[in-house]
Amino acid sequence: MRRPGPLALTCCDPLAAVTNATARIILICSGKGGVGKTTLTANLGIALAQLGQRTVVLDADFGLRNLDLLLGLENRIIYTAQELLAGSCRLEQALVKHKQQPNLALMPAGNPRMLEWLTPEDMRTVANLVAERADYVLIDCPAGVEQGFKNAAAACHEAIVITTPEMSAVRDADRVIGLLNSQGIQPIQLVLNRVRPRMVANQEMMSVADVTDLLALPLLGLVVEDEQVIVSTNRGEPLTLNGNGSPAARAYHNVARRLRGEQVPLHDPTRERRGLRARLLNKLGMAGN
Amino acid sequence: MALFEFLQRLLGRQKPSGTLAKERLQLVLAHDRSDLNPELLEQMRREILEVVQKYVEIDLEEGDVSLETEDRVTALVANLPIKRARPAALTAPSD
Ligand SMILES: Nc1ncnc2c1ncn2[C@@H]1O[C@H](COP(=O)(O)OP(=O)(O)O)[C@@H](O)[C@H]1O
Ligand SMILES: [Mg+2]
Repeated sequence: MRRPGPLALTCCDPLAAVTNATARIILICSGKGGVGKTTLTANLGIALAQLGQRTVVLDADFGLRNLDLLLGLENRIIYTAQELLAGSCRLEQALVKHKQQPNLALMPAGNPRMLEWLTPEDMRTVANLVAERADYVLIDCPAGVEQGFKNAAAACHEAIVITTPEMSAVRDADRVIGLLNSQGIQPIQLVLNRVRPRMVANQEMMSVADVTDLLALPLLGLVVEDEQVIVSTNRGEPLTLNGNGSPAARAYHNVARRLRGEQVPLHDPTRERRGLRARLLNKLGMAGN
Repeated sequence: MALFEFLQRLLGRQKPSGTLAKERLQLVLAHDRSDLNPELLEQMRREILEVVQKYVEIDLEEGDVSLETEDRVTALVANLPIKRARPAALTAPSD
């Protein structure tokens, strides 16, 4: 299939695609599917917007798009990256602004059939276009290491690799890190998701140190297994949106602050003695990841 | 944790699965990163042993050539216990 329609002049001219030097374009990737990329993109997007940062979340998962669902924006999409690339709509028309958090906008993925012709250059064009209006561009990457990944990776400056402490997820993360390294993408930071403190305490799950040792990346955040994540997905309201104090919400807020360069101590729940005092503090929301 | 597993572990018969996972991954990642397939690695191992054997007598049972990885750097590590030097090795090889 051929690319529909001619590109707008601004898209064709390579000089027009020069990056807004101030925007950080960050790829959120994992290799393996279902480890929490989209959840992290949505929550981190909201958290950064709350810190006053103009943020665009870019759905690069054209095959299995659902960033719109997690943000509760699925009914407000009119144009997508496809029309933007074709030059049949303006940037402001394609960006879907979040009602409660106007610093955040979504650039929706186009039709899955776009995968047949989309190139790394196209993704770079879209990312650089939205970067003109943003301080942060977060790219929700598809699973795998094939073309969809390559397209998304071509558009970013830096990357966050997310994994769970499981064999296959860690192995796939390592593959992705190798590919990102070979493309000179820097920095690459790690978010460890769905950690179950009790299993780690019983040594039935790899610890935080085990995974950071294996992957040799700096740890940007640690998110425990948290039912609230599923509840918030059902509602289409990311956990970070409404001052939810659940452990995962705190973890996502902390990732945002660390990305901004703030020194936020990383508290490892798997190390804490599960004594009464610790549990009480936890209940009161006084411990954070 | 099942009681049986707990007892096995208490008796030191079984490693906890988290530890096992890390050990298995260390090996797998070293191979993934080196991009060497097992046949090539085996061939290299044999040739290294051949060369070394020209100079010293080594314990083939104990000898081990493997890939190890740390901080994203993969190293080829040979651990070859030497029995004794071959007298021939004391003079320069003629060929
Ligand atoms: N910390 C967490 N605790 C509980 N469930 C989670 C957590 N993170 C992600 N999930 C769930 O895991 C599933 C996959 O997450 P998703 O973000 O869609 O992954 P990906 O985008 O990598 O495929 C979803 O059902 C999500 O609700
Ligand atoms: Mg996803």
